[in-house]
Amino acid sequence: MSSETNKILTTDGIPLEESLKKAERKNKIKAFLLVCPLLLFLIITYVFPIGEMFTRSIDDKMITNMLPNTFKSMESWDGQDMPEESVFENFYIDFKKLVENKEHGKLAQRLNKEKNGFNTILKKLFRQIQRNKIDENGSFKEQITSLHKRFNDVEYWRAIKRTAPPYTMAKYLKGMDLFIDENGGIAQVEEDRRIHRILWLRTLEIAFFVTVFCFLMGYPIAHLLATLPMKYSNLLMICVLLPFWTSLLVRTASWMILLQQQGIVNDFFVMIGLVSDDNRPEMMYNKVGTYVAMTQILLPFMVLPLYSVMKTISPSLMRAGKSLGGTPFVAFWKVYFPLTIPGIGAGCLLVFILAIGYYITPALVGGASGTLISNQIAYHMKTTLDWSFASAMGLMLLTGVLVVYWIYNKLVGVDNIKLG
Amino acid sequence: MPNNKEFVKFAKVDKSYDGKVLVVKDLNLDIAEGEFITMLGPSGSGKTTCLMMLAGFETPTNGEIYLDGNPISNIPPHKRGIGMVFQNYALFPHMTVYENLAFPLRVRKISKDEIDKKVDKALSMVSLAGYESRMPGQLSGGQQQRVAVARALVFDPAVVLMDEPLGALDKNLRESMQYEIKHIHESIGVTVVYVTHDQGEALTMSNRIAVFNDGKVQQLSSPDQLYESPVNSFVAKFIGENNTFAGEVIDVTNDKCKVKLNSGGEIFANPITVKSKGEKTTVSLRPERALINPDEKMDNSHKGKIEEVIYHGDHTRVRLNLLGNNEFILKVPNSSANLDIKLGNEINIGWNSTDARALDPK
Repeated sequence: MSSETNKILTTDGIPLEESLKKAERKNKIKAFLLVCPLLLFLIITYVFPIGEMFTRSIDDKMITNMLPNTFKSMESWDGQDMPEESVFENFYIDFKKLVENKEHGKLAQRLNKEKNGFNTILKKLFRQIQRNKIDENGSFKEQITSLHKRFNDVEYWRAIKRTAPPYTMAKYLKGMDLFIDENGGIAQVEEDRRIHRILWLRTLEIAFFVTVFCFLMGYPIAHLLATLPMKYSNLLMICVLLPFWTSLLVRTASWMILLQQQGIVNDFFVMIGLVSDDNRPEMMYNKVGTYVAMTQILLPFMVLPLYSVMKTISPSLMRAGKSLGGTPFVAFWKVYFPLTIPGIGAGCLLVFILAIGYYITPALVGGASGTLISNQIAYHMKTTLDWSFASAMGLMLLTGVLVVYWIYNKLVGVDNIKLG
Repeated sequence: MPNNKEFVKFAKVDKSYDGKVLVVKDLNLDIAEGEFITMLGPSGSGKTTCLMMLAGFETPTNGEIYLDGNPISNIPPHKRGIGMVFQNYALFPHMTVYENLAFPLRVRKISKDEIDKKVDKALSMVSLAGYESRMPGQLSGGQQQRVAVARALVFDPAVVLMDEPLGALDKNLRESMQYEIKHIHESIGVTVVYVTHDQGEALTMSNRIAVFNDGKVQQLSSPDQLYESPVNSFVAKFIGENNTFAGEVIDVTNDKCKVKLNSGGEIFANPITVKSKGEKTTVSLRPERALINPDEKMDNSHKGKIEEVIYHGDHTRVRLNLLGNNEFILKVPNSSANLDIKLGNEINIGWNSTDARALDPK
């Protein structure tokens, strides 16, 4: 039987599907128009900046545009022996143009990053061009290689060739304390300069433990909120939300007042005789401070999803568990807890993702140990102005979050997330 | 096996939640082994509280509850071995039907083979064999209800409590479930304490019914007695339909009294709670006990005017104005003998004074 004969017609003889589509079209257009502003907003504030960040992080066009002729003639060079005469000629032409535009300094800087020693030899070439000492009718190869022995070293020409593509992964490698060595392979930076890997691990560690602490503290609170009578639970809810309504900086500052060595908490410990006056423990400018402050600040993000899930769990389920012979613990563990997993998932994901990108609080109360990867990003955005590196690290952070999300989806299933 | 008449015993139980109002007042109730007893009453009458105290989720403020002779106030719910069916079934939504039924058996550390056998048996008892791997969310309301019943019975509890278990079902399903639960009870002989506010349900299913109002048991008797001979006007009003006349007793003999109605007119009634002349009373008469143009001699006979005729299929309900009461209802079978029932007609109504019960005035 063909599908044609199967088609159901309306009383007017129009195929049912078509007529349904027509009827739904108006609603679809209406729905689209309603989400349109948000869609535009998201594209402008989210999709576009991330795209911009990505292009910036891999962008290496500057040098590609500086030495167009050199790179063109280098295409046929296999990189084994010294390049041919044409490469030297084009390099001279490109460099001369840069000297005329006073851009040769930038090139030297960029190439020096690729391989140490370029600065000196390019300065030498620059002086020769200024003094018109180069004979444009003679062999460029001979004249240039005689300027400095490094021009005769094939390694330097290889370094130039490596910079030819308009994009580079160097920033991403730098974010993982790796770099492209002279042979074009990936190598680790010297041991005393490997800071990023430490920061990544520290960020993950702090985010993980903050999530764990938030869960341990938030779960009982959420349970209490969901089971207390309305008049008490409202008050408790306000207590949970109150920190939300206070500025982040104010809250962080108050933790500093509380936790410092001459602070209120330490005073109290001394008063009750827990520690001696000249042996006050350091609770700030180390990880303890970071954990305490961040847990307090992120706690509502754990409590709220948990609360909204627990609110939907009928109290008769726990009763059923007990009346069927389960001890209170068994009833909790086998009945109540599994039903709260969607809330746990949502809360943990939320707290972890927020914690992984935190930087003001750890920077203020964490001391030396409070530098996280976000601080590095901010540092490169504001101080070194190496925006492409900041972008690269930002994207790595984003990728990390997506990986966490993916793992979560595999383990629990995103459909199970419940925010309310 | 001798039936223990006091298998479950409430002895002078009081319950208050706030220290000001007693929700349950001086409750004394004996439930025999294997009995199906229903606690019936309007909402807020304390029946559910009694059930929760028996299950162990509430503690009596005063008094003691005994199960098979042992006081249970200090035993936590999970050690009481009482099965319970909840209002909204309370099936564990994250477990399959099998796991739901296996839960009470697993916590009792019963072997896997034994669990399989018991679950099979319980499911076939509620005719749901083959549904083991379904999730509760995939079942209809009636099926969920049956799973809940099976789960409450699967571990062979001595007592099963049911808290308005059929409240969420539609009328037809509710009726068929009533019979199903009744049959299960008859076949396994478990003691059932059933809570409902639906009198029809209570009358169909129970051995005995305890009518609750205002924290007290108003009457505890078998369904027929409850209907035929209510002991006070609350029970008479709450159970079934009822024509009432308010008045004052003007004469009492042994089994007959004369009541002068507030609206004028005099009727003969059966004195239940009234003792002497001058007492205020409410006379209660079931609609089906009053007849049109009675053949035999009845000691009450009055004329009434038909105000409204409502067709009900198998019978017709006739609203009359009789002795100043224009809410007097008659149930008339739809037979050809009753064709002269027309709006505005005057008809003769008669009843025996033994069926008109003179109760407390409330």
